[in-house]
Amino acid sequence: MKFLNFLRGETFARGIHPPQNKHTAHTPIRRLPFAPELVVPLSQHIGKAPRPMVQVGQEVVRGQPIAKGEDWLSVPHHAPATGVVEAIELRPSARGPWTESIIIRPYAGATQEDLWGVPRDTSVMDGPEILQAVWDSGLVGLGGAAFPTHAKLMVPKQAKVHTLVVNGCECEPYLTCDHRVMLENTKELILGMQLAMRATGAVRGIVGVEDNKPDAVAAIQSVIDATRLDNIFVEAVPTKYPQGSEKMLLMALFGVEIPSGALPVSLGMVMNNVGTLAALGQLLPAGQGLTERVVTIAGPGVSRPGDYRVPLGTPISFVLEWAGASAQPSSHAPSACQLVLGGPMMGQAVASLDTPITKGVSGILVFHPEDMADRDGRRTFPCIKCGECVESCPMGLNPSALGMLAAKREYELMGQRYHLGDCFECGCCTYVCPSNIPLVQQFRIAKQVLREKASAL
Amino acid sequence: MSTAIEIRSAPHIKAPRTVEQIMRNVVGSLLPVCAFFVYQYGVSALASLLCVTAACLFTERLFVKTGTQSGSLSDWSAVITGLLLALTLPPGFPLWMGCVAGVVAIALGKALFGGIGFNVFNPALVGRAFVQAAFPVAIASYTPSFLPGRFINFIPSTLAWPMMQPPDTTAWLQNMQIDGLSGATPLAKWKFDGLMVLPQDLLSSLAGHMAVGPSPLLILACGAYLALRRFMDWRIPVAILGSAGLTAWMLYGLDPVRYPNPFFMMFSGGLMLGAIYMATDMATSPVTPRGMWVYGALIGVLTVVIRYYSGLPEGVMYAILISNAATPLIERITQPTPFGKSGLLQPKRGASYPLHPEYISREEANAVTPKKRLLKNKPKP
Repeated sequence: MKFLNFLRGETFARGIHPPQNKHTAHTPIRRLPFAPELVVPLSQHIGKAPRPMVQVGQEVVRGQPIAKGEDWLSVPHHAPATGVVEAIELRPSARGPWTESIIIRPYAGATQEDLWGVPRDTSVMDGPEILQAVWDSGLVGLGGAAFPTHAKLMVPKQAKVHTLVVNGCECEPYLTCDHRVMLENTKELILGMQLAMRATGAVRGIVGVEDNKPDAVAAIQSVIDATRLDNIFVEAVPTKYPQGSEKMLLMALFGVEIPSGALPVSLGMVMNNVGTLAALGQLLPAGQGLTERVVTIAGPGVSRPGDYRVPLGTPISFVLEWAGASAQPSSHAPSACQLVLGGPMMGQAVASLDTPITKGVSGILVFHPEDMADRDGRRTFPCIKCGECVESCPMGLNPSALGMLAAKREYELMGQRYHLGDCFECGCCTYVCPSNIPLVQQFRIAKQVLREKASAL
Repeated sequence: MSTAIEIRSAPHIKAPRTVEQIMRNVVGSLLPVCAFFVYQYGVSALASLLCVTAACLFTERLFVKTGTQSGSLSDWSAVITGLLLALTLPPGFPLWMGCVAGVVAIALGKALFGGIGFNVFNPALVGRAFVQAAFPVAIASYTPSFLPGRFINFIPSTLAWPMMQPPDTTAWLQNMQIDGLSGATPLAKWKFDGLMVLPQDLLSSLAGHMAVGPSPLLILACGAYLALRRFMDWRIPVAILGSAGLTAWMLYGLDPVRYPNPFFMMFSGGLMLGAIYMATDMATSPVTPRGMWVYGALIGVLTVVIRYYSGLPEGVMYAILISNAATPLIERITQPTPFGKSGLLQPKRGASYPLHPEYISREEANAVTPKKRLLKNKPKP
């Protein structure tokens, strides 16, 4: 009932309310054992791939750096298990092309304790030291974008940061990993926030949590109260997709629009994901690197869904077997299933079960065709101009007009007059389209064409 | 996992709404209106509804078969066109003329443009405009509602032979001992005879129709259902009724003797049916919210202007058709403002958190923000 929105409190304009399906929100995070072989792709984040530091046949212990960042946007990798480096070779990646990966065979009795790393006193570290430590930990944005965290926390000289905003929205259906981290690693999250605030120079930190996770809000608030912090706050924002988008959350929290093409830092704000900051608060005092992450394994095709702490590099097939998706889906149509890395709205479908869990994977969802809202049985109609997409686009674009131009391949016009560049591919327009037009898919193609044209010049 | 893996791009879930569902709901909401129409005029109205809809479906089928348009019968859109068209035709309108209207509505109003979604003008109104031009006498003759025996006897003109002059209904009416008030809708009475109909008559039965159809209140209720379930945009009817009422009220204020009161304007003739079911036709109305307001306001003002200053008693049809033609232009000038381009300097009201005192305003931010992204070309820490 969209027209009743004003009763629920104001947030950003438009947006959608897909069914949440957060079935795994109340089960604690469990650990996953080591797979027989762990595949650590060198390119796991936005930025240049780091250079391997180990040789084939070398023994590594868990937490030991195995690849070293060279560029300022490339972060190191750490061995996810104690074992031996079996190979450094090309392996399939979730993004498609085969990438160079370090293959590690864990020893049978290896523990999941990090054996590498020097504990340090974080209370005496100053900003640059924290940044360097974050860089050394190999931390990237665990929300999905995998942008190196140290780069995000680094404030450009001409800007001044006053607020650290922590994104605990997790607006995608099915995903609950951030929710569980907020409940279980609350202290680490607060510590991570304090460190990030020191690194950026922010004087206050605000956690924005969607109001479908009241227990997370309460947990964070209780830690704040217990430690008598006066510069960290937690705020519940109305549940809506795509609230997890940086600009949307800032709109919901502060009522400000980040100017098109600018970053929040230009308004004095820095945003990080809760999972990232909780990992930061965990890794920095221990002086360790990122070797595992929490992944939601869910979807109608999984018999034991839940949130799992997965060693990085674990192949998806192993994870799925453990979560109970390996059983013959006899009740389902035998034809096909779909594997999605991330959430159902923006996640990426993968073709191969051999691709590993990387730093940016927040969830694995298994769908069967009949779960997908009879998408195959649905006809595609021409645009009937119902305006649903315009009503749902959080960026205030006109997906209807964009879609018609895309069909005519008028990509330049889309970029110039209809602000295609502002589209961040949240997929709301495609979700609501009653004509079943693949709008966001067309926009991705159009943006790609425009990028290629721009780079050709 | 022995099953095959499918690759599709996000989003992987979809809202349950489909085109068929929207159209089905519009048809469903039209059924009470149609039922009341039949209750008022009996078998003639029922025959008209069935024949016109059948003609529309037949034409749609023909064009789908020959591949000249996309879409299919199962999308229910031709049914909407047929029912709406029949509701705008007077009771006792010869059935063969109704069939011609139906064929024209789909063939010229829709198939010519390429089928569902591509039409520029509302197909039902295209059909009605055609028969208004082709059969001016037949479309201007009305019979009173709630005639005795209406469920047994056809109004004689209904079953006229094609290409023949329809039988005279006046004699038939006189035969039934009813005074010869046929041929005058409340609007025509006001326009040509200076007679006003009582408000309760307007609301109850006499005047909803482009001709003399179902109660405006019933149409309003069905429209409210559609708007609440979001199968129709509420902005357009609100804009039409608001602007029509406002214009009429202003003129009424200028000269209450010459102009009728705004209530009469809003509830007479086909304004309610047009505002709720015709103007809101998705394919022919603007997509943009601001455009919907402009479009609705244009229809409302045009309706009043045509009713007052033209030779016709009714103006809704032409107002909607003209605004349909203006839709692409309206859309072009009312594109939504993208997020972050509004130029708003102050934080919006209703934010859940106060801004920090050190918040720099957008002007300062624009001064700070270089053309390119801040983090690009940043040296190593």
